[in-house]
Amino acid sequence: MKRTREKVPVIDSDIHNNLPSGDALAPYLSDRWRKHHETIGGRGHSGGSYPRAMPNAARHDSWPPSGLPPGADLPFMQEQLLDAWDIEYGILNPLMGAGGQLNLEYGAALARALNDWQIEEWVKPEPRLRASVVVPYEDGELAAQEIDRRGGDSGFVQVLLIARTAEPLGRRKYWKMYEAAVRNDLPIGIHFGGSGGYPISGAGWPSYYIEDHGGMPQAFQAQVISLVCEGVFEHFPTLKFALIEGGFAWLPPLMWRLDQSWKKLREEVPDLKRLPSEYIREHFWLSSQPVEEPPKREYFDLLLEQLNAREKLMFATDYPHWDFDAPDRALPTNLAPDVRRRIMADNARELYRL
Amino acid sequence: MGTWDTKPSFVRSDWPLIDCDIHNTVPSLETLYPYLPDYWCDYCRESAFGGPEMGDYPKGAATTALPDTTPPSDGPAGSDLELLRDQTLDFWEAEYGLLTCAYRVQTVHNEDLAATLASATNDWQVEHWLEPEPRLRASLVVPSQNPPLAAREIERLGNHPGFVQVTLPVRSLIPYGNRHYDPIYEAAVRHNLAIGIQYGGAPGIPPSPSGWFSTYLEEYAGMGQVFQAQVISLVAEGAFDRFPDLRVALIEGGFTWMPSVMWRIDKEWRGLRHNTPWVKRLPSEYMREHMRLTLQPMDAPPEPKELLRMIGQLDSDEMLMFSTDYPHWQFDSPEEALPIGLPESLTKKILAENARAFYRL
Repeated sequence: MKRTREKVPVIDSDIHNNLPSGDALAPYLSDRWRKHHETIGGRGHSGGSYPRAMPNAARHDSWPPSGLPPGADLPFMQEQLLDAWDIEYGILNPLMGAGGQLNLEYGAALARALNDWQIEEWVKPEPRLRASVVVPYEDGELAAQEIDRRGGDSGFVQVLLIARTAEPLGRRKYWKMYEAAVRNDLPIGIHFGGSGGYPISGAGWPSYYIEDHGGMPQAFQAQVISLVCEGVFEHFPTLKFALIEGGFAWLPPLMWRLDQSWKKLREEVPDLKRLPSEYIREHFWLSSQPVEEPPKREYFDLLLEQLNAREKLMFATDYPHWDFDAPDRALPTNLAPDVRRRIMADNARELYRL
Repeated sequence: MGTWDTKPSFVRSDWPLIDCDIHNTVPSLETLYPYLPDYWCDYCRESAFGGPEMGDYPKGAATTALPDTTPPSDGPAGSDLELLRDQTLDFWEAEYGLLTCAYRVQTVHNEDLAATLASATNDWQVEHWLEPEPRLRASLVVPSQNPPLAAREIERLGNHPGFVQVTLPVRSLIPYGNRHYDPIYEAAVRHNLAIGIQYGGAPGIPPSPSGWFSTYLEEYAGMGQVFQAQVISLVAEGAFDRFPDLRVALIEGGFTWMPSVMWRIDKEWRGLRHNTPWVKRLPSEYMREHMRLTLQPMDAPPEPKELLRMIGQLDSDEMLMFSTDYPHWQFDSPEEALPIGLPESLTKKILAENARAFYRL
């Protein structure tokens, strides 16, 4: 039986554009940092190598005929993603490790270069794309400078952080960055990945990529806990966060656990005026990919209800990565049309003001 | 507190009850001196060592001790057998109570000291808890930072009928699915002991992938993620493939997060199973078969009916085991110790049958 379905607009809240080569940023770097880029290059927290299941963690069919790496060829991305799925807007989240640099000034230079490159080579030639401000997030002041430098450009719709940071994101060293985000009226996206210098789980270093990849919700949980309990939303009541590529089924149980713990331990955090879950419901959005797949449909429906997915869940493909979610397959086919519409486009449209 | 003078409706003579998480607390390092060899007694005295780190349960935190659980002797809550017997076994009319001693010898980097402290703790458990109270069962404390030494302790006491599990703190330096721990599992399986992974620990690395939390509240709430890491590790690294008889209890870590981990890791496995070919079935099948979770803290949604739906999402009636987490403060009246509205057959399983089968009581 042929299925017919109302066509809904699609906004993809997580696309990874890539550099065509190591030299591609050279025109955007000052002489001093171009030299550093060519001689020393990146130095992050090392020792977290998990060989991935496939090159560049990319879909096999996402290698462009031009020979460039996946995500680096705009015409091919237009054809394979934006045109093929009729995507209205796509949010770029370039993952080049600028924020994790141990040399903070180099990280800041890389962030500046990446941001200028995004506008020049992606957003200007392709009006369906929007960019994320890459920042050297381990230094609140340098990050704030970059947000102030580029945040006024309408091509940027959020500030981009990575989930595994050196300290939990509620800590005060990050607050200058939040001030700047509020000043520039930008939400903050926290994306899958990173390396903060510690084992990637509270139980130590696991052995396999499936644990690295499947364990990422733990880093997101830590960030939600920290941001709420440190009182970030009491200090920055308009600050909004998007949790990108972290999944979402873990969030309702975390809200209950936090609420229950807070009821007993609230004396320790007198700045918190409300239930932790109230801050979470107000300040956090989630991207859909990778969609958890419960064995029964009723579990998924309950989950969407618990998350207030109608208001807070945003569709994402994670193009060009291997765990790509297709716009026509990511959600159950018989989801209520208004809910589908909000998840596929309207929630992102509102958060990112598209 | 709520009403502790009335017994909850589920305490009935025809419904056996097994409490799977009662903390017996070592009052102080001095308590263990009679069980330590002279050399280590001298070592502790001369170095003014105060005992392992005890940061898991700050003394005055509300979660640490229910009101009225501090013994008249003024030791810490959970250190007095009379009071504990009165407030747990007698109050709940328990058939068995499983002691989950949280003396953190694993935090002592001197592994020889850790091993001798573990032996002393276990001998103290035999003399002060198991021998005087036949309804109690206990957990072997082992220096898990050194698996061969831990295995030696399991060999030494594993045949004692009072011990039914080996306990490990959920925070570890290396995840528990790693082959590093095989000597512990090999010894535990040989002695018919379960592994009980419990809240806490201090392995020297942060309790989150993103660094150290500022507050105890964050660490407490965040411990759920560390349990999740251990669940994933045990399945993905093939512990149940190497030890088909391995049984793992997750103690005081909550359970409402468990379905979300099953769904996520099942999905990962569908895409990545060629990376871990020894995981032959859906990861959630290993979890349901080999793992159990204690009931408290429940981390429950606000609506009782919603909690029942979350329990249903485990897709198993066998996984939950009743616990009070005594003397920690997890619920305000005894009636709240069990989810409201459970069907009778599931109530009986949670109250006793699941634990009886799992611990082979």
